[in-house]
Amino acid sequence: MAAIRRFTLRSKAALCSLALLALLLVIWQAATLPKTPVATAATTASKATSAEAAEAAEYAVLMGKAPDLGADGAAADSMKVTGFPSPAEFAHEAARQLAHPFHDNGPNDKGVAIQLGYSLVRVAAGYAIALLVAVPLGFVIGMSRLAFLAFNPFIQVLKPISPLAWMPIALYTIKSSSASAVFVIFICSVWPMLVNTAFGVAGVRRDWLNVARTLEVPPLRSALWVVLPAAAPTIVTGMRISMGIAWLVIVAAEMLVGGTGIGYFLWNEWNNLSLANVLFSVLLIGLVGMTLDLLFAQLQRKVTYVD
Amino acid sequence: MSTKSNAQTSGATSFVSVEGLTKRYRDDLPPVFEHVSFRIEQGEFICVIGHSGCGKSTILNVLAGLEQPSEGHVIVRNREISGPGLDRGVVFQNHALLPWMTVEGNIAFAVRSRYPDWTRKQIAAHGARFIEMVGLKGAEKKKPSELSGGMKQRVGIARAFAIEPRMLLLDEPFGALDALTRGVIQDELLKICTTTQQTVFMITHDVDEAILLSNKIMLMSNGPRARIAEIVVNTLPANRQRETMHHDPQFYRIRNYLVDFLVRRSKELSTPHGDRPDTGRVAAATTRLVYPGLDDGAAAPAAVARAAGPNLKAIA
Repeated sequence: MAAIRRFTLRSKAALCSLALLALLLVIWQAATLPKTPVATAATTASKATSAEAAEAAEYAVLMGKAPDLGADGAAADSMKVTGFPSPAEFAHEAARQLAHPFHDNGPNDKGVAIQLGYSLVRVAAGYAIALLVAVPLGFVIGMSRLAFLAFNPFIQVLKPISPLAWMPIALYTIKSSSASAVFVIFICSVWPMLVNTAFGVAGVRRDWLNVARTLEVPPLRSALWVVLPAAAPTIVTGMRISMGIAWLVIVAAEMLVGGTGIGYFLWNEWNNLSLANVLFSVLLIGLVGMTLDLLFAQLQRKVTYVD
Repeated sequence: MSTKSNAQTSGATSFVSVEGLTKRYRDDLPPVFEHVSFRIEQGEFICVIGHSGCGKSTILNVLAGLEQPSEGHVIVRNREISGPGLDRGVVFQNHALLPWMTVEGNIAFAVRSRYPDWTRKQIAAHGARFIEMVGLKGAEKKKPSELSGGMKQRVGIARAFAIEPRMLLLDEPFGALDALTRGVIQDELLKICTTTQQTVFMITHDVDEAILLSNKIMLMSNGPRARIAEIVVNTLPANRQRETMHHDPQFYRIRNYLVDFLVRRSKELSTPHGDRPDTGRVAAATTRLVYPGLDDGAAAPAAVARAAGPNLKAIA
């Protein structure tokens, strides 16, 4: 008891997390254990139905296919696709992927780092454009009641549209699948930033604005030195929400547009029926998302002020 | 009417001249205050006392240029003011420091606005002088959240002084401070103002504070339709101090007069002809100078002139 009490809250929490992870792994392992009996059952089943198999082989011959090759192919498949991977298989696959993260053997065989890079570049591009649009526009909307009233109906209508609903329009007008994905990221990340910037700017304490006014601070300097730092915590919160949404949406968008990116990779591995790789990319998406969020948490800590 | 033209002709010589100020927030309600006229001479320290809701803060905000009056205008050095300006420094009630900047940064922000051509070094040196003046040396790198209420208000005062304004406007600067801190900062403000001959317009609820600091105390009747009922001339010697001030019998005469006004007469004086707004103009003309404790006779101004020095000019 005394030993446990010596631990800090953090280390206790870390221990609990590790225990949970171990438990999950054990459940996973247990759930994937009966793989071998199933496999043997499958082989016995194939043995039991050898008559049917022979019939099928004959049918294949009738259809102009080599019966031996077909049977071999089926056998090879049953060896390859063994259902849900066990933790060990997953670790093996993950290690294989991590050993060559930058390999590039053509469009359908690129390393995960390359795929992630594609996704991150798309997110960065769409997000940057959204930032450049949302923050200045949010400033205007937050500062001017007229601008707020004029823009508000558009924001209210456009905000709840699923970003993927824009995809056909983007594909038709932009005519480039990659640029369409960037557009989708732009459209999904613009709203939280726009709304939060407007909200933060409109909520700047009147006293602070009055200080700037009595000091005859020029408008641009006032915007940069008073309004921006005052609204920064709210703006960064919007940026953080936007980044979270952008990272959610890029996976779905890349599944649609295909070609490159971690979303495409995930879907491609599903088509390959490589669940280990699917799992691996799911985990990777989560880790990258967490890292992005941590970066924004850091930024948020930097701009937060105590009043 | 004759008073008005009189105010305009002599307004040319006054430092600040406030003429016929009226503020109405809603058309269907009577104005908060109306036909407020007064003048401030260079080097004067004016305090305004009145109950909440009589529009003291609004008058100060109009002087600062932060609010527009419904009627009337403010003339500073023969120029009508149209907005806030660096010639008027404002100390806000809740200090209004920018919380993401350090003490130094807050003051440098103001100094840079006043002297945009200065180098970083010049700005820092200028700011340091005023930080030292309010006794905050050593706290330059602190953020406002790390300061006590009194220290925050000192930064606010230093910031207002650092732009070297022609007039200082203080809106109940010590309202949120405890009595001890308030006393210390009052002393400092008094010291600074006597050495710099700063013109000050200050709102306060504290009668003792007004007597300690000011040359003239403007008494406002209760709102709505508040007006400046009387202007009490502080007849205490200019070198008064907080420790000894209350030994002077004159202190109590002034104090009693002010307290009496606040608890009793401010109510009686308010809306004397509430249902007849036209007569407000006449009421405004009745603002008079009072010399509590001294005879309200012709001898009084002479006595005051002796006591308070040449800064004082009768305006009634």
